[in-house]
Amino acid sequence: MIRYRAFFHGKTDAGLSRSRRAGKKSGVELAHERFKFIRLFFVLSIAALLVLLTGFIITLGPLNISVADAYSALLARFWPDYFHVETLTSRVVWNIRFPRIVGGIMAGFGLGICGCVMQAVLKNPLASPFTLGITAGAQFGISIAAVIGVSIFGGPYFIIGNAFVCALFCSLFIIALAAIKGATSENLVLAGIAVNYFFTAISQLLKYFASDEQLRLMTNWGMGDLAAFSWANSRLLLAVFVICFPLLLSKSWDLNIMTAGDEAAKSIGVDAEKTRIFIMIVTSLLVATIVCFMGTIAFVGLVAPHMARMVIGGDHRFLIPASGVLGGLVLMSADAVGMNMIAPTIIPTGIMTSIVGVPFFMYLMMKGKRKEFWT
Amino acid sequence: MMIKLQAKDIIFGYDSNPILENVNFEIAPSRLVTIVGPNGSGKSTLIKCIDRIVSPQGGSILIDRKDVTKMSRMDVARYLSYVPQSSVRIFPTNVFDTILMGRRPHIGWLGSDGDEEKVWDVLRLLNIERLAMSNFNELSGGQQQKVLIARALVQEAEVMLLDEPTSNLDIWHQLDVMNIIRDVVKKREITAIMALHDLNLASTYSDRIIMMKRGRIVAAGDPTSVITAENIASVYRVEAAVRNLSDRPMIMPLRQIKG
Repeated sequence: MIRYRAFFHGKTDAGLSRSRRAGKKSGVELAHERFKFIRLFFVLSIAALLVLLTGFIITLGPLNISVADAYSALLARFWPDYFHVETLTSRVVWNIRFPRIVGGIMAGFGLGICGCVMQAVLKNPLASPFTLGITAGAQFGISIAAVIGVSIFGGPYFIIGNAFVCALFCSLFIIALAAIKGATSENLVLAGIAVNYFFTAISQLLKYFASDEQLRLMTNWGMGDLAAFSWANSRLLLAVFVICFPLLLSKSWDLNIMTAGDEAAKSIGVDAEKTRIFIMIVTSLLVATIVCFMGTIAFVGLVAPHMARMVIGGDHRFLIPASGVLGGLVLMSADAVGMNMIAPTIIPTGIMTSIVGVPFFMYLMMKGKRKEFWT
Repeated sequence: MMIKLQAKDIIFGYDSNPILENVNFEIAPSRLVTIVGPNGSGKSTLIKCIDRIVSPQGGSILIDRKDVTKMSRMDVARYLSYVPQSSVRIFPTNVFDTILMGRRPHIGWLGSDGDEEKVWDVLRLLNIERLAMSNFNELSGGQQQKVLIARALVQEAEVMLLDEPTSNLDIWHQLDVMNIIRDVVKKREITAIMALHDLNLASTYSDRIIMMKRGRIVAAGDPTSVITAENIASVYRVEAAVRNLSDRPMIMPLRQIKG
């Protein structure tokens, strides 16, 4: 009763908190402290795992490289006075194996965080970075380049440039449609599905009239492969990434609140529709960049956020980075298996991600104690 | 701070279908006010208009002589908090994090121990501390309602709006929730405005009652002047017996008025 009074009289709040802090914490407060610790520990430990696994995966391949050499080769790039490795090892690590790993991590990270924020703003556990018709748009761009020969950029970006621009255009078109009608999650998902079908149909129409050579150009893209990740492309992705990641992370609180519904969000001060449009635009930019290089790997963006949520709950300040790191881990590991399982044949990353990732996800789903499987 | 809330000529409707027509009222500080009326009379809409969850097409809402309709959403959230009728979390969230969201208008990205202390204080106040780490979706209706009230309380707004807070609750929990609201109004000197169906609860707890019919206010004042057999007959089309119980009118609905 004393506490109750003290609370109501408002002014004594601070004094009350101080005296309580000095005393013993209740069981539920300790549970909350423990939960906060586990949350932070989880994010840090999966990040550490990512670094360790990078070293291990670099050693896989025809040329024998030890884990120590792998790290030395990387560190020698920055501190050549302190670390020494053979030139051949250095070249293989830096120019062949590492760029692909970095590409995998960045693509997985990007898809993970985009999946996470899309699920939050669309209030839909089935949302993924591809809900907004990115794939259909990219494929449409490639069909135009391959069949009609119209391309926005020339040279090496003949195909990729088209994929990027059309993917971005397609999702911006969906966002604009929804914005006119009111950017609710239902409107966005409906517009996304409809526009998706439309662009897929046009691609199929173009495919129907394509020659064998044109068909080969079209199917070469989109297997979900990391082969396109050279240093030059990785740099481009990194630049987009450095812009988009902080923007998404800065909206963590608003995303937390938006999962409570638009009305509740508005009453707590968050303009749900504006936030939704902002998140969608940033996400489209990042996903279009990933997709144009790599094709579609839908599974990572759908599942990485669910995996993270199972362990650390729904606070986006932690959930966004955790989804990203898990996405990176899954994609990098799956690619390493695909590269080395039946070497020298390389199995495309997209296929391997699902084959390796789905059983793991099923295991997590079954193991979860809660009734709601995406907890 | 003691602030006054004024609504002037509020108009709202969907397409050509008017829901609120020139609603005017004025509420003195630190009062518990209920809005009653039949289904579709515009009570919930009025609550949502005041908080600008839906934007009124005309009129103004003044708090402390500042116009809510011209404020940024974050500023509105500092003056007004809102307790929805119910809430489903698509992704399970624990009670503590659900309440912490109410600190959004005051919080930095990192959050602070002070914000967490405020959540613990409110949890203790409403006697739901032990639920802090439970999943919101797995709580009973009464517990969920208290969590939603707690979220509004940590928002520390001067005016709390509630949309039928007792509609899904048994009678014990109805009284529990109403007692909490009455206590908060008194001790924290805030104003609570709620849409309510139960006329007897409204009569027992309200300082002032606003009775609405088809988007207009038909009666307003203390319970004795609003809860009368005549008003109930004309607004609800129900013949009712009204008796006084500890100075508050209580009603017993008898029969519908047909035709």
